Amino acid sequence: MNLEFEKAITELDEKIAALPTQDRTPAQAADFEKLQKARETGLKELYSTLTPWQTVQVARHPERPLIQDFIAGLFSEFIELHGDRLFGDDHAIVGGFATLDAWRVMVIGHQKGRGIDDNLKFNFGMARPEGYRKAMRLMHMAEKFRVPVVCFIDTPGAYPGADAEERGQAEAIARNLMEMSALKTPIIVVVTGEGGSGGALGIGVGDVLLMLSNAVYSVISPEGCASILWRDGTKAPEAATALKITAQALLKLKVVDEIIAEPVGGAHRDPQTAIATLRKSLIRNLDRLTHTSTGKLLNRRFEKYARIGSY
Amino acid sequence: MGWFTKKQAPAASVEQPKQDIWTQCPACKAHVSKEEWDKTFKVCPRCNFHERITARERVDLLIDPKTFTELYPKIKPSDPLGFVDGKGRYADKIEEARQKTGMNESVLTGYGRMNRIKVALAVMDFRFLGGSLAGSTGEKILLTSTYALKHRLPYIIVSASGGARMHEGIISLMQMAKTCAGIARLQEANIPFISILTDPTTGGVSASFAMVGDIHIAEPGALIGFAGRRVIEETIKQKLPDDFQKAEYLLDHGFIDLIVRRDQMKNTIASLLKYYRR
Repeated sequence: MNLEFEKAITELDEKIAALPTQDRTPAQAADFEKLQKARETGLKELYSTLTPWQTVQVARHPERPLIQDFIAGLFSEFIELHGDRLFGDDHAIVGGFATLDAWRVMVIGHQKGRGIDDNLKFNFGMARPEGYRKAMRLMHMAEKFRVPVVCFIDTPGAYPGADAEERGQAEAIARNLMEMSALKTPIIVVVTGEGGSGGALGIGVGDVLLMLSNAVYSVISPEGCASILWRDGTKAPEAATALKITAQALLKLKVVDEIIAEPVGGAHRDPQTAIATLRKSLIRNLDRLTHTSTGKLLNRRFEKYARIGSY
Repeated sequence: MGWFTKKQAPAASVEQPKQDIWTQCPACKAHVSKEEWDKTFKVCPRCNFHERITARERVDLLIDPKTFTELYPKIKPSDPLGFVDGKGRYADKIEEARQKTGMNESVLTGYGRMNRIKVALAVMDFRFLGGSLAGSTGEKILLTSTYALKHRLPYIIVSASGGARMHEGIISLMQMAKTCAGIARLQEANIPFISILTDPTTGGVSASFAMVGDIHIAEPGALIGFAGRRVIEETIKQKLPDDFQKAEYLLDHGFIDLIVRRDQMKNTIASLLKYYRR
């Protein structure tokens, strides 16, 4: 599925589709070559100059790889663990032990779905308190088992429902922030799609913050910001620019440590390549962090956050 | 998020009370003499409504006279994103807030004594951009927790905030983690942290330091919650009850320890701190 701003690509796709798939005349074959090439350069140009609002569209693309894809693509084994031991099992956050090459890790991440049934089941990746509490339980287990934690961030935000408030959404997120800042095992955080505010940060405190090149991470959604500060929800593109939510902007602000370059046209066009690039970075960071003493690790983690907003 | 300007209640009665002597309770509309209003620290003697007060007033209320020393008064907001919205520049808004409040940021920090017990203190002021949490707010709150750690002082934070300050984008969001990292260090060193939640404590402040206290004390009727009422109503397509996200509702659901009237706040905190053996 092409996005609205990819109109030029859609037109080329249509022209390519109009050509016969077999027994092309030499002229048709030449046309095909030309169109394919135009498509490739067009996509490259388009994606090298994405506006922040266009990046938001890519980050929310329905075919963008989800945690299910990352788990299947990265790990040779995944054993899912369920429940917060207090209330229930929140499907909007998935977690469990996983094996990445020789590395054993605890994987935790927001789970969105494909299609309406899946998305209802996973609540569009919007977690409730029991999701954050399950995540924290698993992280403490990782500490005990002495395995690193890898968190995948992809959520529009924490679920804004009455039941979530009733069970302490604020307390659940707050506790995670405090306990993750002192967890005695390495934490690698990857923003793969939408990093939606406190709902993202609730499983997002760590030693290193990686971000896919077309992911976004923001204190508030561009739509929400536009309706408050512009008093006009249609000003979301302006808000997206002002909020500085792209990987490149966040690297400059020294919040993100490393950008995972996506293939041309975005991770949804070639998930395998995106996952392979991420794998290399994960292994490099796992190697580095597990060779750091716990004391040093925790001091650096503290300093990493203490520096943000200190001028 | 969102901060509110208080609506001036229309004077409906025939007898217009004299402006200089009388004030009107914004909740029950009772006319109360200004002298009494100030004496009760802006709590309505008729209906117990707790009006929002400034950070300075809060310090006067909680700290023994002449024992308060302000820390980090010069830290002021920077504009890390160069933020401009539909209504203008963030830099201008900061200046406006500074003029209005006489403060450099939305939080006042320092140390002093409560019934002679020495404490470190951070007090948020809702008048300053809705008490919002931004880079330098987080910085002051963290520095004060580091001060508390170094001197082994109990840390008291009085929250009054609509949440993270959008104008500093991700920098504001990260202050949630930064302030909580400071509280984690106090926790590890067995230093008490008491969180006082006043009207309102919402969004990113409720989901960070305000909710990780050893003891949570709220003022009566204070609005405390993560998501905004309107957003929730739109999500669940239902009207919420009036008491939703009020201090009394949180007490009922187990998220705060005590609801304490403003005039009892200092004595209550001091009494609790007597149980802490340094």
